Amino acid sequence: MNNAQIEIQLIASLVAIACAIPGTFLVLRKMAMISDAISHSILPGLVVGFFITQDLNSPLLILLAALTGVITVVLVERIQKTGLVKEDTAIGLVFPALFSIGVILIAKNANDIHLDVDAVLLGELAFAPFDRIFISGIDVGPKSLWIIGIILSITIGLLFAFFKELKISTFDAGLAASLGFSPALIHYGLMTVASVTTVGAFDAVGAILVVALMIAPAASAYLLTTDLKKMLGLAVIFGVFSAISGYWLAHWLDASIAGSITTMLGLLFLVIYLFAPSKGLIAVMYREKQQRTEVSLLTFLLHLKNHTETRERHVNHLQEHINWQKVRAKTVLDLALKNNMILIDKNIVSLTQKGDEFTSKAIDYIITNEDAQIEDMKDDFFLFRG
Amino acid sequence: MDIQEYFSLVFSDYTLRTITLGTAILGAVTGMLGSFAVLRKQSLLGDAISHAALPGIAIAFLITGSKDTNTLLIGALISGLIGTFWIRGIVTKTHLKSDTALGLILSLFFGFGMLLLTFIQKQPNANQAGLDKYLFGQAATLVEKDVWLMAIITGLCLFVLLFFWKEFKLFLFDADYAKTLGFNTNFIDILITSFIVLAIVLGLQTVGVVLMSAMLLAPAAAARQWTNSLSKMVFLAAIFGAFSGVFGTAISASQNNLSTGPVIVIVASVFVVISFIFSPSRGLLFRQIRFIANRRDLEQQKTLAFMYHIAETHDNISHPHTIKILNNFQGYTRKTLQKLVDKGYVTLDGTMWSLTEKGFETAANLYNQQALKDE
Repeated sequence: MNNAQIEIQLIASLVAIACAIPGTFLVLRKMAMISDAISHSILPGLVVGFFITQDLNSPLLILLAALTGVITVVLVERIQKTGLVKEDTAIGLVFPALFSIGVILIAKNANDIHLDVDAVLLGELAFAPFDRIFISGIDVGPKSLWIIGIILSITIGLLFAFFKELKISTFDAGLAASLGFSPALIHYGLMTVASVTTVGAFDAVGAILVVALMIAPAASAYLLTTDLKKMLGLAVIFGVFSAISGYWLAHWLDASIAGSITTMLGLLFLVIYLFAPSKGLIAVMYREKQQRTEVSLLTFLLHLKNHTETRERHVNHLQEHINWQKVRAKTVLDLALKNNMILIDKNIVSLTQKGDEFTSKAIDYIITNEDAQIEDMKDDFFLFRG
Repeated sequence: MDIQEYFSLVFSDYTLRTITLGTAILGAVTGMLGSFAVLRKQSLLGDAISHAALPGIAIAFLITGSKDTNTLLIGALISGLIGTFWIRGIVTKTHLKSDTALGLILSLFFGFGMLLLTFIQKQPNANQAGLDKYLFGQAATLVEKDVWLMAIITGLCLFVLLFFWKEFKLFLFDADYAKTLGFNTNFIDILITSFIVLAIVLGLQTVGVVLMSAMLLAPAAAARQWTNSLSKMVFLAAIFGAFSGVFGTAISASQNNLSTGPVIVIVASVFVVISFIFSPSRGLLFRQIRFIANRRDLEQQKTLAFMYHIAETHDNISHPHTIKILNNFQGYTRKTLQKLVDKGYVTLDGTMWSLTEKGFETAANLYNQQALKDE
């Protein structure tokens, strides 16, 4: 591993961390698509800033572009406030228009401007180590490393300073307002940080892929935990992991680094989406199946309680009476037996004392409209779940 | 070439005619289907789908090695559909919200697509150049065959739309009711979504992955402002879309160095802005005018009521009072006073005013009417 490679991975990791922090809050505040809008609409800001500064890495340009990002947010909110269209439509209207203006500006000034739309979309991390900063002749490292490092330290500083405010306003805006934090101030602060990060990162990973770095680690983390601090930590870890593994994937395939980082993020999300312990697809489907069986069991027990006559309680009769298929009926019967809820004597099913108790309690809850309580009660009665 | 020249050439020049027709048809079909996306609050779905189509294009090229538009678009269609159904899966099966799901699919698929594109570029196969035109679209690459394809699919869309019009409409505005009536809402949902994906994929060649969502939204959002009827909205959106296509093509053809996609999007956005401001019933301008008129009415009524309460204390209701006493009360202006005179509620005599019989009567019933109206 040579020096340039280490630097690239360092830059990528810093970008990933810088994106994951605001990204977590965007995901929690249901504003993930805003990051997409910002990443597109900073383009005209970049172009205009470039006309003024003639330097893609100047701080002024970053500020100007970030300002465009904030303007986008304000514009979206203004349009939404008129009530003419819904919020998502407002987002969808604003950023393509701004992006188009940016593309046209670039196209019309193609000769004066050393800015390529592809580069804006994709960025070129591979060239980042070649653009270095020299202070009095001494090489102090790549420019993008410094830029993203500064942005990241500001973000972390703000995160620690305003963690409490951010947390409260994210989960309970009303409470935050009544406690005296201005939700608007925090909102626009977050938007500004997201804009600045997007602009700072665009150089490295490209405008659109910033979105992936903001949303994917946070969304993956959200599937694993509901604790804000853990979620932030996990998002940062996922981001850094994808950044480094993505770099090596790109190295191996000889393809775009930004593209491979996103692909790694995608794979990571796919795995977590499928296998997350309680919120993953498989866990959710398993739980749904379990609940379906348990609801059937309850129906079955209620039926038994309602009928004392043996004709209604015959094993075969149950099958046709409740209209279950054979496998289903057998599953329910087995579950009831395993939990000692029923007794089967010469193919006649009857409730045990425990089964009777369970059913009576369940009826009480159903009558008083507290169905949710049944779920808690199951823990007391069930030895085996469905 | 200026715009005039363009319009004289559009009927004779093959390329111009093809491109104009192509963008017009594209605008019409996306406008039509976009109406459904906007009304279903799935505006950003288009954005996600168009980005999600990119890896499909790259994979189709990797597998077949051909740059035939239809092959690539089939790839785009498949990956667009996979993206759409994954979004549905995320939203229904996990606690992630739709915005997160959209952003995820959008960026992840796009990033994967970019990885494949750069991977393809490094391949020794010299045939790969030009795949990146799907990023921003190049209307200039449209040939007659593509336009025919668009026309056929538009026709198909139109047919299905008319055939299932009742179901679509019901599903859009009251999905639960549609379900209780026994319609297969899942099927309708999938049908609408698939057609939206189809329309997006069609536009990739012309407008490109990045800006395609605006083609879907802008005409529909503009049309929404002019009408409350679904059929009129769909029709208007198609017209707006078609005109955006034609004007956009005209402008970009008359300038150097302008890609068609962004110009079409800008034209469509101008339609939206005009609709937002000037639409008679919902537009901001007329709304403001109505707002001011209402306020003036209210002030006038307040003045009248104030006068009424003064006149009430006198035996003769037409007993004159000085205008000065009205100064205590802020709603009064010289103009509202004049209006009241014009209506015959008040007579002026120098600096004195007096309430007429008619004015007294109206003022007495002012709040009664309000009460009646509320009931």
